[in-house]
Amino acid sequence: MTNISVSNALLGSARAPGSQAAGPAAEAAPARMALNVSNLSAWYGSKLAVSGVSLDIRANNVTALIGPSGCGKTTLIRCFNRMHEFAPNARVEGSVLFDGVDIYAPGIDPVRVRQRIGMVFQKPNPFPTMSIAENVAAGLRFLGVRSRSAIADRVEAALRLAALWDEVKDDLKKPGIALSGGQQQRLCIARAIAVEPEIILMDEPCSALDPVATLKIEDLMRDLSQRYTIVIVTHNMQQAARVSDHTAFMLMGDDGAGHLIEYRPTQDLFTRPSDKRTEDYITGRFG
Amino acid sequence: MTARPAAFGAHGPEALYRRRKLVNHAMTAAMVVAVVIALLPLFFILFYLLKNGLSGLSLDLITEDPNHPGRSGGGVRNAIVGSSIMVGLAVAIGVPVAIGTGIFLSEYGQNRAGAMIRFVIEVMAGIPSITIGLFVYSVVVATQKHFSGFAGGLALAVILVPIVARITEEMLLLVPRSLREASYALGAPRWRTVIRIVLPTAMPGIITGVMLGLSRIAGEAAPLLFTSLGNQFYSTDINSAMDSLPTRIFTYATGPYDYWHDQAWAMSLILVGIILVISLAVRALFGSRVTVRQ
Amino acid sequence: MAGLTAGHPVRGARGLTNRLRTGDWLFTALTGAAALVMVGVIVAIFYSLTHEAWPSIRDNGAGFVWGTTWDPAKETFGVWPFIFGTLVTSLFALVFATVIAVLVALFLVEVAPGWISRPVSYLVELLAAIPSVVYGLWGVFVMGVFIRDHFGPVVTDVLGWIPFFDGTPLITGLFSGCMILTIMILPTVMAVSRDVIAAVPRSQREGIVALGATRWEGIRLAVLPYARSGIMGAAILGLARAVGETLAVTLVIGNSVKIPDNIFAPAYTMASVIANQFNEATGIHRAALIEVALILLVMTFVINVVARLLVWRVTKGQRAVVQE
Repeated sequence: MTNISVSNALLGSARAPGSQAAGPAAEAAPARMALNVSNLSAWYGSKLAVSGVSLDIRANNVTALIGPSGCGKTTLIRCFNRMHEFAPNARVEGSVLFDGVDIYAPGIDPVRVRQRIGMVFQKPNPFPTMSIAENVAAGLRFLGVRSRSAIADRVEAALRLAALWDEVKDDLKKPGIALSGGQQQRLCIARAIAVEPEIILMDEPCSALDPVATLKIEDLMRDLSQRYTIVIVTHNMQQAARVSDHTAFMLMGDDGAGHLIEYRPTQDLFTRPSDKRTEDYITGRFG
Repeated sequence: MTARPAAFGAHGPEALYRRRKLVNHAMTAAMVVAVVIALLPLFFILFYLLKNGLSGLSLDLITEDPNHPGRSGGGVRNAIVGSSIMVGLAVAIGVPVAIGTGIFLSEYGQNRAGAMIRFVIEVMAGIPSITIGLFVYSVVVATQKHFSGFAGGLALAVILVPIVARITEEMLLLVPRSLREASYALGAPRWRTVIRIVLPTAMPGIITGVMLGLSRIAGEAAPLLFTSLGNQFYSTDINSAMDSLPTRIFTYATGPYDYWHDQAWAMSLILVGIILVISLAVRALFGSRVTVRQ
Repeated sequence: MAGLTAGHPVRGARGLTNRLRTGDWLFTALTGAAALVMVGVIVAIFYSLTHEAWPSIRDNGAGFVWGTTWDPAKETFGVWPFIFGTLVTSLFALVFATVIAVLVALFLVEVAPGWISRPVSYLVELLAAIPSVVYGLWGVFVMGVFIRDHFGPVVTDVLGWIPFFDGTPLITGLFSGCMILTIMILPTVMAVSRDVIAAVPRSQREGIVALGATRWEGIRLAVLPYARSGIMGAAILGLARAVGETLAVTLVIGNSVKIPDNIFAPAYTMASVIANQFNEATGIHRAALIEVALILLVMTFVINVVARLLVWRVTKGQRAVVQE
């Protein structure tokens, strides 16, 4: 995988309020941070949707964002690859440091950010006019991968990593939309992987899928986290508990905006939540 | 200890990235150029309409009838009146048929028969208006052995019906189900529901449709060439040839006299002015939902 | 209520149904009749034109379509020059208007913020509201002069090495016909394309952009392929309009029954020859002109059907394929 130059000095800074110090002793070496989110706020016009969120996403981990509907978790994750700015009158304040650079700094091109921070969406969105292979290869031209053999190699590698290769290898020319829902989502994952990002953001990737497909993708997430950093938004707590290493819990505050309530290793958050609101949510008292 | 922003993201060759950005900027520029090209004719048409037409406008123009060809001065009163009469005739003949068709399609049209009628309406909306003029010529003018304002009005009506029928159906379908159901629940029969409840609710939209259709047929010349023909003299007799603004503009534009050209510009200004006013009124009443196009 | 008491249920119920039935029956009949009027009219148009054109169809036969000489005095009628004129002007307009219209539509949907796109959209559509005869007037006195004095010479400078483009620019002629039609069908193609492009689901755009595409790449790779058939439909709708356009073309086309030997030479289209010659025509000449109208009618009919099918497929059909 590509190297991420990291500053260890960033470790331990800007932790979520209420979180405990650096976890159990098993994390002996200081963890690399893929993203350092600092006091991030996001607006839709005059409506504040996310307020002052700070957290550090650990590299090669799965981090889950959970919370009830409307708590801003989708808005937040879309700020990580500068997709939020497509909403009308969208605005962001604060910083998101990736590889030591604030992706919102003036002069940073979102096009380049998105090549390194990929995204998979809630509803699978393969391109209907393209075949399976063409879908996976869609982003390769932005990297200058031209030769047929190089493209074919990367398509196969991506489909293998997305656990889809065996199912489609005999018919790569089939239209992307001819697959089942779960397969389409894995196709979209393969498409995102093919450009070799460092982080893959997933916005409720399983909510449109049946349970069998869901489990396949959850397994996939764990495997993928060895090579990539995964951040997922999910409204399914059990999924977060199954899949993630760290979990962030968000809630809509009285100002109508989403706040980060707690951000801890998943085990800790679900067994010993330090905030009562977290506890109420995970025990199902609301949500 | 932040890396220089410019070095960020060397993911793929730098040269490729620069070329991609260049292409992106070039295409954005191309789009802007296209918009300018698309708007230029509009501005030039409006500009010349005002420049050449304003000077020709005068009270005489609308109160006098044309002089003998060659003698400058005179006006186009017969054309204005003729147009008004024939458009009025078209509305009187065409709107009832169109509204009836619209009602039929919205109430009873969710089936094959309805699909066929809608198809026919689409086809009618698309055929050249000169063809309609020829048709009315064959059926009315040839039989009566003379041109007439009535034939002209009829031809305009045939053009008007598809436009108004389409909009009527659309407006009627927009009336919420709940309104219809409330009426049925009170025991009202279908016809009463439509006439007393649905139609009045949709009426503003339907009137909009009529106005749009009106502005369209007011400018039509092709269907009138062989039906009402045109008339040097003032006439309100729909049984004889009748003049109209579009046909007179056509005659004057191709004619040899300068004062004819001047008056053609002035008439065009009047015509476009009326159409613009209707278009703006429609937009003010109904937002951008309904437009002047076909 | 009268008639609904237990004692007289039959009479009362029958009274109610009778009243309903008559009123509704009449209503259906009246509106149905209205709806059938247009059906009757279209059938009548085809019948009437065929009937009137029959002497010409019978006498001139198939040679009518590819004959190149139109000489009413000698009773020779070949309409190929007019078909040529119609095809060249309409296809020219189709190509250029579509390119410009799609770029404008893309600008309005993908690039411009609402406060720019709404007024610009309205202004382009305003072009469609201007009557054909006014276009013709402007075409002769303004556009034609511009072509003769400025634009035409540029075209001959750049393209004059091609024989067909080597000619003297005039005010009226084939080229003026091409230009006026391009302007006239632009708003139609633009408006339909804009609707089609706006109908492309957001998720498609997001998908390609999330891979690191620039805006143009997103348009090229995700939006345009998805909207492809709808845009083709829009273009063909424009073609249908161009083929049937009469007055504006009549005023600028130059009125020559010979096939033009260069793009600036005078020419004729099917619609404009009818407009110019019909009222003075008699007998077989008249029938021949009506036959031209019949051919024109069939042409626009076919083009329109194809166009509607394409547009309909994108705005209703294709979206069903991608499970949104």
